[in-house]
Amino acid sequence: MTETQSAPSAQRVGWTRDQIAERLAADLEDGFFVNLGVGIPLAVPKYLPADKEIFLHAENGVLGMGPHPGPGKEDPDLTDAGKQPISLVSGAAIVDSATSFAIIRGGHLDVTVLGALQVSQDADLANWYVPGRNPAVGGAMDLVAGTPEVWVCMEHVDRQGRSKIVTECTMPLTGRRCVTRVYTDLAVFHVREGRLVLVECAPGVTPERIREATEAAYDEDLGGDAA
Amino acid sequence: MIDKFREDLLSALEVIPDGATIAVGGFGSSGRPDALLDGLCELGRRDLHVYVNNVGNDFSGIGRLLHEGRLRRFTGSFPVLPEFYEEYFKGKVELDLIPQGTLAERMRAGGAGIAAFFTPSGAGTMLSDGTFPLSYEDDRPASYQPAKETREFDGVPHVLEYGIKADFALVKAHQGDRIGNLRFRLSARNFNPLAAMAGRHTFAEVEELVPVDALAPDDIHLSGVFVNDVVLTKAPITIPQQAGLAGRNS
Repeated sequence: MTETQSAPSAQRVGWTRDQIAERLAADLEDGFFVNLGVGIPLAVPKYLPADKEIFLHAENGVLGMGPHPGPGKEDPDLTDAGKQPISLVSGAAIVDSATSFAIIRGGHLDVTVLGALQVSQDADLANWYVPGRNPAVGGAMDLVAGTPEVWVCMEHVDRQGRSKIVTECTMPLTGRRCVTRVYTDLAVFHVREGRLVLVECAPGVTPERIREATEAAYDEDLGGDAA
Repeated sequence: MIDKFREDLLSALEVIPDGATIAVGGFGSSGRPDALLDGLCELGRRDLHVYVNNVGNDFSGIGRLLHEGRLRRFTGSFPVLPEFYEEYFKGKVELDLIPQGTLAERMRAGGAGIAAFFTPSGAGTMLSDGTFPLSYEDDRPASYQPAKETREFDGVPHVLEYGIKADFALVKAHQGDRIGNLRFRLSARNFNPLAAMAGRHTFAEVEELVPVDALAPDDIHLSGVFVNDVVLTKAPITIPQQAGLAGRNS
């Protein structure tokens, strides 16, 4: 595993988008089967610890997804859920879409990593639709319905500076009480007994700064051993 | 002797009427039966209700049906193509948006004689509570998806979903024989075996027509019992490179 915290720039506090992915990747365990959504989660593969065997699942039926195969090696019959060319790692398997979603809904993945528009203090997730824009859902609702661990990585606040960790989601829900962890540029939260718990502050970020940036109610457990 | 191979794709497709319901395989352009979809366009078919995961990134495949005004309703999870939404908000096509895993299982169930099932996907969201607009008129919602029956199992809310039995199915496979046995290749398999099961009359386009027994019994992904007609595909597909449209398929 690489050292995560290079010195932040003077203006920037907390983690960059890539560092959020890197922080999350450090929590993935040897032997995990993991689904990655788009956005920040797509940066997770480059930080997967080399000493752990972690299988990536793509909902179009790939278990054991590898990186882009390189120019000229793209196979039209081998893509990820974003329809981009991929490779397969050793030990990979292909299944049809019903089996792929049996894997998802049946709780056979260990973790699904998703971006989010909002997470509520009751662990509700909104990440599929901004009203007024073009609606599409993909596999998001299946992923949160079935995977035992739903880890969100996102910016702590939106472009207007509003908290994305909210009392109640105002955006259309993807699922209720489904989120188990939240990784932002400022902090890591775990969900325990249905409540958000702040377990880690990003480097240079104080608990007070997180309190100011967060609309939702949450508990604190900064003892250091978050697991 | 069984021989499901049809030299003439267009005359085989003639049985599909205007207004038909059609389950279609493919995930984006991967494993999408473009020769059959083009055939529907060439035959001038209209008013079609397609069950398919994506519209695609351009005006090929399902996108061509849309572009030529041949779609009445899209039931799927990820339309994405901007022109699709323009038609939707204009009231030209209906959007029956469902979770991707629900589409796959509804196809499987319909083909397997399961009338309906309960799934947790979408429970407690606007894709089950009757608030998602199925159609628009003058940029205002004109009708909504019906609210889905909800029941709790082990304390978890589930919604009732119905198996899909489509009039026809269009799928693509890598190899097939005259019996209709199919073998898919890599992630081009996706929805194809399921769409094939869901169709009352199923067309399979194959990249390669192989002799019977060329596919070992253990290597057949879908038995010919699910397939009525086998045709040859056209030129190999190309990879979509519009990175801006890819994604959000979480």
